[in-house]
Amino acid sequence: MDSALIPKGVKRCPLWQFLLFIGAAGIVLLWGVYAMFLCWFKGLNQTNMNDYYGFALWIWADLAVIAVGGGAFFTGLLRYIFGKDALKNIINYAVLIGFICYSSALLILAIDIGQPLRGWFIFWHANVHSMLTEVAFCLSCYFGVLTIEYIPLILENRQIDKVPFFHHLGHNMHEVMAVFAATGAFLSFFHQGSLGGVAGVLFGRPFAFREGIFIWPWTFFLFTWSAAACGPCFTILVTKITEKVVGKKLVKDYAIELLAKISGWMLLTYTIAKFIDTWYWATVLAPSQGFTLMDFYTNNPLYGIWILITEIAICGLVPAAILMTPKGRKNPVALWIAISLAVAGVCLNRWVMVLQIMAVPVMTFDNWVLYFPSWQEVATTILPVAYGVILIAISYRYLPVFPNEAELNPIEPLPAEEAEEKSVDPPVDLELELKPAEA
Amino acid sequence: MKEGRTHKKFQKFGMVIDLDKCTGCGSCMVACMAENNVPFRKDESNKLLSITWMRVYKLTNGMPFPKIDVCYLPRPCMQCEGQHEGHSPCVSVCPAIATDYSMESGIVSQIYTRCFGCRYCMASCPYHARYFNWWDPIWPDGMEKYLSPNVSPRMRGVVEKCSFCFHRYQLAKDRAFMEGRPELQEDEYQTACTQACPAGAITFGDLNNPKHTVSKMAEPDPKHSGRPKNPNAFRLLERLGTNPKVYYLSSREWVRRAGDNYLKNEKKVKKPVHHG
Ligand code: SF4
Ligand code: SF4
Repeated sequence: MDSALIPKGVKRCPLWQFLLFIGAAGIVLLWGVYAMFLCWFKGLNQTNMNDYYGFALWIWADLAVIAVGGGAFFTGLLRYIFGKDALKNIINYAVLIGFICYSSALLILAIDIGQPLRGWFIFWHANVHSMLTEVAFCLSCYFGVLTIEYIPLILENRQIDKVPFFHHLGHNMHEVMAVFAATGAFLSFFHQGSLGGVAGVLFGRPFAFREGIFIWPWTFFLFTWSAAACGPCFTILVTKITEKVVGKKLVKDYAIELLAKISGWMLLTYTIAKFIDTWYWATVLAPSQGFTLMDFYTNNPLYGIWILITEIAICGLVPAAILMTPKGRKNPVALWIAISLAVAGVCLNRWVMVLQIMAVPVMTFDNWVLYFPSWQEVATTILPVAYGVILIAISYRYLPVFPNEAELNPIEPLPAEEAEEKSVDPPVDLELELKPAEA
Repeated sequence: MKEGRTHKKFQKFGMVIDLDKCTGCGSCMVACMAENNVPFRKDESNKLLSITWMRVYKLTNGMPFPKIDVCYLPRPCMQCEGQHEGHSPCVSVCPAIATDYSMESGIVSQIYTRCFGCRYCMASCPYHARYFNWWDPIWPDGMEKYLSPNVSPRMRGVVEKCSFCFHRYQLAKDRAFMEGRPELQEDEYQTACTQACPAGAITFGDLNNPKHTVSKMAEPDPKHSGRPKNPNAFRLLERLGTNPKVYYLSSREWVRRAGDNYLKNEKKVKKPVHHG
């Protein structure tokens, strides 16, 4: 029924199956939307946050999706600025995933603030000294850049592309994409960093506080670095999951391997830097404020020292070692393990930098406080996942997201319906057939 | 509240709380709530959701009977000055300048209609002096009539905290202005908690004015960001560099030590870390 919209040369599941899938994800989405409206209309009392846990699940989710969404800027940087041409096979998907992550992040922020209608104050009454202001500006601008990067892909839909204006618009946008990739990388450097800065500048919270250069604490650089290292892993992970769901290969191995290799090296250097940062913090900075490392990790079942070991060793060194070695990244099982660990590691890091900061008592007579999210928080956190699944499903069905798909999965003979249509298409369209998504 | 920095000797209002005198009666908390229209709910059993601009903590020395000793510690907002004036933990992070540092009075303000409820300031404050309005205030029938007309009640979704009864400062200043006096008398501007304390444990005044009792009691050292020279005085979490304007007095060593974090076997307080 919708075959006229489906890219040429590729096969898609029947429409009913697609709708069923969208419907299932849609139910989860609606659940999240319901919770979102509850929070907007009834206020944040719908959450289990409290005066100790002013930052909680949402802010973690926000930081986590931004970190894993970092695959978009870093892949763009490698592809357009450093000329890693092989990545053209995956760049579209990286942009789409980034777009989903960043739109989700903005949505979460809109739910998270106590007075959503005043959200614009952050721009209007901006305090230039606040890391959060920097986050808000760079995040919004970068979301704009991602939208601009996503539009040419939409314009490549078979029917839209038939309109000469859109066809040329898409083509011209591709031409200047390097400019947007560079802008995106610049903006990402700052907002990823300032998200790290959000925690690092808290000099009243020894668990979070770090020294640094000028106004930027070390966490600023660590966040950018980890996003650049683990973002591409998330792109690979989602690609692999998509391949499993649709049951075919979508991206050529050499593209994945190249990205995995670069990620591996980034992850190794990041882990070393994180280790040095942790060492200095544990032996010099925290003791100067009267804390030992174990003060931050004891008295508490959830936030034990295991969290630090898991983050640095299991989710840092292990995936780095796998991804850096050709044998490791070529082995499908090892690759799965490595990218999953890397993604888990960066999410764990963001968790620690949000929730553990809130949990650790600073005054000597204060207590550890634990928190468990309410269903409204869980629902609104799952909402972006459902939204992402739907947007990926729609994009995959109707847009040439994977330029190599047709080549990797030849279909013959052509379905009758499509063959028929082909015969009436003007010749210009035939020329464009199987054109890679980013010409 | 960014007043001009010229032609004026700035005040730095602060508090000295004598912990040896405090009995933990909680009068300061009650007075504060009444004075500042602090909202409350029917069920206030979850203290993590209660708004208490002034909160009295109970400290013990952790010893078994009969050596056990108890101390009550009232904790308002410390009106932190930071390492350079105005670099309070909370003011420096608020993205919308909804909380600001007054150079004229040294008081950290909270602008309720500007605050959009991101709660970053709460995360930054190590004293837990900031509270979020999880609900809209609902006053028991008839209580609206007893609210203070000088303090605006807060709406749901914004942060609030102790203001050192800033409205009292404004009223005192108005009066002095009408009477043609350039300076306030010490007793003209006093916070509600100071006046309510039956034990006289709280003293309030201008730390920059050597004639004021607070200066004499705490002896703040301007060369070391106001660190007290009085050996019995201390500030909470001195080493973090928040530079609070609330000083505590105690003759008991364990109480003074409870004011900050120390490594085991650490005797002397090291120089606080510097934050740019
Ligand atoms: S005590 Fe907390 S709220 Fe008050 S000025 Fe210091 S950091 Fe800000
Ligand atoms: S909650 Fe309000 S006062 Fe606090 S940082 Fe956010 S906008 Fe500023």
